Amino acid sequence: MDRDRRTPGFYLLAAVFAGFVLFLYGPMLGIFVLSFQGPEGGLTFPMRGVSLHWFERLFEGIGVIDVGAAFRRSLALGAVVMVLTILLSLLAGLAFRKRFAGSTLLFYVTIASLIMPSIIVSLGIGLQFRLVDTGIKALADQMGWYDFLSAYTTSMGLFTSGLGAHLTWTLPFGLLIMFAVFNRFNPAFEEAASDLGATPWQRFRHVVLPMIGPSLIGVGMFGFTLSWDEIARSSQAIGDVNSLPLELQGLTTTVTTPVIYALGTLTTVVSFLVIGVSLGSLALWRRRLRQRAAG
Amino acid sequence: MAAVHPDESRPDDTSAARLGRGVPAWLQALPFSAAFLVFFVLPLALVVMISFWEYNQYEIIPAFTLRNYADIFAGCANGADLCVTLRTYLSTLKFTLATWGVTLVLGFTVAYFLAFHVRTLPMQIACFVVCTVPFWTSNVIRMIAWMPLLGRHGLINDTLISLGLIREPIEWLLYSDFSVVLALVHLYTLFMIVPIFNSMMRIDRSLIEAARDAGASSWQILWNVIVPLSRTGIVIGSIFVVTIVMGDFVTVGVMGGQQIASVGKTIQVQTAYLQFPIAAANAVILLAIVLMTIWCLTRLVDIRKAL
Repeated sequence: MDRDRRTPGFYLLAAVFAGFVLFLYGPMLGIFVLSFQGPEGGLTFPMRGVSLHWFERLFEGIGVIDVGAAFRRSLALGAVVMVLTILLSLLAGLAFRKRFAGSTLLFYVTIASLIMPSIIVSLGIGLQFRLVDTGIKALADQMGWYDFLSAYTTSMGLFTSGLGAHLTWTLPFGLLIMFAVFNRFNPAFEEAASDLGATPWQRFRHVVLPMIGPSLIGVGMFGFTLSWDEIARSSQAIGDVNSLPLELQGLTTTVTTPVIYALGTLTTVVSFLVIGVSLGSLALWRRRLRQRAAG
Repeated sequence: MAAVHPDESRPDDTSAARLGRGVPAWLQALPFSAAFLVFFVLPLALVVMISFWEYNQYEIIPAFTLRNYADIFAGCANGADLCVTLRTYLSTLKFTLATWGVTLVLGFTVAYFLAFHVRTLPMQIACFVVCTVPFWTSNVIRMIAWMPLLGRHGLINDTLISLGLIREPIEWLLYSDFSVVLALVHLYTLFMIVPIFNSMMRIDRSLIEAARDAGASSWQILWNVIVPLSRTGIVIGSIFVVTIVMGDFVTVGVMGGQQIASVGKTIQVQTAYLQFPIAAANAVILLAIVLMTIWCLTRLVDIRKAL
């Protein structure tokens, strides 16, 4: 092939790519536009005026669902999942650089969790916490803690079973990113630090951490956004109160106004805000490193 | 490494040995391992265990019975009519094959375009990022997004009617097999693109030059050089798509108007009715089928390698 001339194949493939991008973004842009539908407008085009009417309706709550509360719950859960994903993946990533018994097994379990049909994981965690409930109730009954027993409902919840379900989904991504990071990491820097008398902690704090920091921001971004949008794994394991995407899923069959598009637009904006903040802090981190290197 | 540190018998360990151990590795991996033990390994074991339990309307009872499995396949033995379970699995298989076929062709084409026809690295990265951005948004929203287009009074039907091409709105656009596959392709083509693109970027470009110099046509290069060398990516992408679609219940639920059966949906409904043992038995069967599929897919790689 003459490197300077485009073949007819290129234009065909470029057209396919353009079509694919349109296929990816077109429908989404449609609902973003429709969420600004006027008060008289319906679920489909045409637009009947432009307004923020449906966003206002959103915060008044949809039927029995308190959108604001679900929003805050998902935000809190996403933040906890993010922090745990960063910490656990980082520690495991460091461990996998050395050798330890069972490392191969742990790796395969992690991959298995990534490709396991979510409904099975969700069912399993749901069953587990129901059995724990049965156990706790039996114990309380045996010990005669009747006040406790009458007040007790379930151990399932956002920050127990829900959190666990999300971690089985975010941690494999976190570990794979750490693998990619440490595969490219040159141990010479650490050796130099050691030769200069750094303790293992100083070596980690002042050499390794500044170099892998940007990747940790990436892990955190994965952790939050995957949790923020998670449905399948939490569906059977969330307990009494739902996260925002679960509420949204429930609304698809009952709501017939653009308020559902407004909710969709809102959650997407949060995802993009998180990505924006991550990329921003990444750029900041890089600049600080460069300044330090220069100064 | 071995040459630099001739006194070390295990070259991989030289830097670790030089650095001193610090915190032991198993201790660092402990929180991560514990999370998977408690929230993944143990729940799976419980699913298998409870699939052998008995249940009534109020509670599940420890036992060892094969009744749940027998119930699932009840009526499947007497040939003529397909039983519910087999029909559900066939429906799931249909979605899996359709989605797999479309995502494979589409994902391969897009990855091929990015890897071989986009020339500069920044441009490649930019196009790649454009493909991955929707991954960061909610699946449900990406499904809902089809409704203003596909609905009875959606954009497509309205346009076709105003053009005079059809008189009545097309009914099979939404809440149908078509809309389910469309949404699955929309959601999961990325899972094909990423691994195939990754494999293609590792192909030594001189191999393609060599094939061309030896007189191969573009199609021959594609089929005999690029496809075999992208094999790993194709298999990884296929495993992702197949396992996701086989266990799916959200997409089938939302895009099928809660009317279309799938194995995942069956499990979800049985769980909602608190019929845990039979839901668990269904999960075990699904798991077995998924594992067999993955095994076959990985075998496919080895067979191709051997040839």
